[in-house]
Amino acid sequence: MRREESHSVVAISGDWIARNGCVDTIDAAVTQIMAQAAEGTEIAFDVAALGRWDSGLIAMLWQLRTAAAGKRAVLQTAALPAAALRLLALLQDCPPQTTVPAVLTGLSTRLGQRALATWTELLAVCALLGDSILHAFGAMRGGSRMQGGDLVDCLRDAGGSALPIVAIVNFLVGGILAFVGAVQLRRFGADVFVANLVGIALVREMAAVMTAIVMAGRTGGAYAAHIATMQGNEEIDALRATGIPVQDYLILPRVLALTATMPLLYLYGCAIGLLGGMTVAIGMLAITPTAYFEQTRAAVSASQFVFGFSKSIAFGALVALAGCHIGLRAGRSASDVGNSATRAVVVGIVGVIALDAVFAICANALDF
Amino acid sequence: MAAKSDPAMLEVAGLTLAFGEHVIQHDVSFDVKRGSIFAIMGGSGCGKSTLLKSLIGLLRPVAGTVRVLGEDYWAASGVRRADLGRGFGVLFQSGALWSSLTVAENVALPMRMFTSLDEASIDLLVRLKLAMVGLDADGGRMPAELSGGMRKRAGLARALALDPEVLFFDEPSAGLDPVTSRRMDNLILDLREGFGATIIIVSHELASLFAIADDGIFLDAGTRTPIAHGAPSVLRDTCGTPVVRAFMHRGASGEARHSGTNDDARN
Ligand SMILES: Nc1ncnc2c1ncn2[C@@H]1O[C@H](COP(=O)(O)OP(=O)(O)O)[C@@H](O)[C@H]1O
Ligand SMILES: [Mg+2]
Repeated sequence: MRREESHSVVAISGDWIARNGCVDTIDAAVTQIMAQAAEGTEIAFDVAALGRWDSGLIAMLWQLRTAAAGKRAVLQTAALPAAALRLLALLQDCPPQTTVPAVLTGLSTRLGQRALATWTELLAVCALLGDSILHAFGAMRGGSRMQGGDLVDCLRDAGGSALPIVAIVNFLVGGILAFVGAVQLRRFGADVFVANLVGIALVREMAAVMTAIVMAGRTGGAYAAHIATMQGNEEIDALRATGIPVQDYLILPRVLALTATMPLLYLYGCAIGLLGGMTVAIGMLAITPTAYFEQTRAAVSASQFVFGFSKSIAFGALVALAGCHIGLRAGRSASDVGNSATRAVVVGIVGVIALDAVFAICANALDF
Repeated sequence: MAAKSDPAMLEVAGLTLAFGEHVIQHDVSFDVKRGSIFAIMGGSGCGKSTLLKSLIGLLRPVAGTVRVLGEDYWAASGVRRADLGRGFGVLFQSGALWSSLTVAENVALPMRMFTSLDEASIDLLVRLKLAMVGLDADGGRMPAELSGGMRKRAGLARALALDPEVLFFDEPSAGLDPVTSRRMDNLILDLREGFGATIIIVSHELASLFAIADDGIFLDAGTRTPIAHGAPSVLRDTCGTPVVRAFMHRGASGEARHSGTNDDARN
């Protein structure tokens, strides 16, 4: 930059190519120019030595124009390339957005915020649970707008088509339990007690938990993704604007379907799991099927089934509510759909296991 | 009903709309007379759809009131709001068809929910509404199988499902070919004449607006507030505000603005 009688002249030379890093120097250059320019002066340009340029040059001129406006200096742009002027004219003369520096929060603050967020989420799920129960009662009294057809669709989706995967998982779990039990118990000559181990573990815990986990991955995630997609398409808005309660139309059939099918799937899972255990036990140990069956019947009381059955009802409600809730709270972009499906699966699985722990503690306290 | 002093169908006063702390529009006030066609205009992203949302119960305004036939809409309970909303028909910008239902089921669902008509009557009405928008042959298709313009028309048929008193259209003819677009205009006029519906329309189709709208409001993105009121054709001829003129004359004076900036830079 050089100074002439009435005005300053900024000499721009060389290449101004953005990707070559000239943008990094803009701030310093503009500051330097403005420091030398007097209040209200005119700034002209000398571009004789200007090489190739692209948006790097425009960025510099834009910053300069903004800074000059702040000092009431006037730019004499006539000497600049016409193409550059055209581009410059596209830019509004407002101050460029200063980027807000990211606030660095401490680990403890972030942990606290996370905890609070989780807590609010939990409360919201509880509210949704309460809401769903109210609407379910409404439905029983015939005051609901739930469509019977939707419930049937959801039931088929959550029930019938889940049978194969529930069967595979439970058969394998039963087989694994029997295998581990057989290896250990054989050393004590207590072979036949494999039936006790497999029976109690499956009926009390594993069948309910494994089935719930499978359904969280399969159905909970699908609920969340479906509802989140509807959110993105404004379909939920359209429901609300039409006055169709989202509770009745979307959530209730899903929660009812999963709450109804989960215990049935549990019973089915138990049966298949026991079969898997028996298959492995018979293969590995010298036990007849009849003996194994009798041993299982003696070991597993009806109350164990009641326990597992009630748990799976709770798991069904939890997985469905978590899926619907997370779907409803999703944003409106495509990636939000993926995120909400992932979150529904994670929340469903962790929730099921945590709830199972609560059940275990309660059962222990009640001597069940 | 018209015997009394006939309150406006919709009275909006001092409305402020915001997403979180981000104010989209403030001080929005206007009345919509029963049976009129009211245009909401403004550049893209100025908050037209957002304003519609606050009129149909999807976004609670931060300040101000919306009165529907004299009744404060947002002060009413959720149940009452839903009742009032039953008299509204909404065509969303994207169509917003329920993607898991066929086109015909989309139109039928509001009727199934809110009327006690039997299946045969619902079927007849659905065919009628679909025929009105020229989709008689497509009732059995899924929304995903329709083109953008067809989705809009199906959305319109759904908005008409309950014969609403007030119709809200968000850019009904955007993305339609000129012929279909003209047909949409005629349809809107027919709906007004035929059903006596009050229509609130967001649109950039100036030719349509000049032809059909009785009154309107122009939202400005820069100042985040309405800067002109009146029928679009009147605004075109008399409004002196540059932004409005530029809009009404298809950005003709937008060119002038650009050269103006050039001059500024040169001076
Ligand atoms: N869900 C949302 N959350 C936050 N901001 C939004 C949301 N929807 C729209 N906006 C913002 O509100 C403004 C107005 O949007 P909109 O009403 O859709 O504009 P238009 O006038 O084109 O219909 C835009 O700046 C947009 O970024
Ligand atoms: Mg819009």
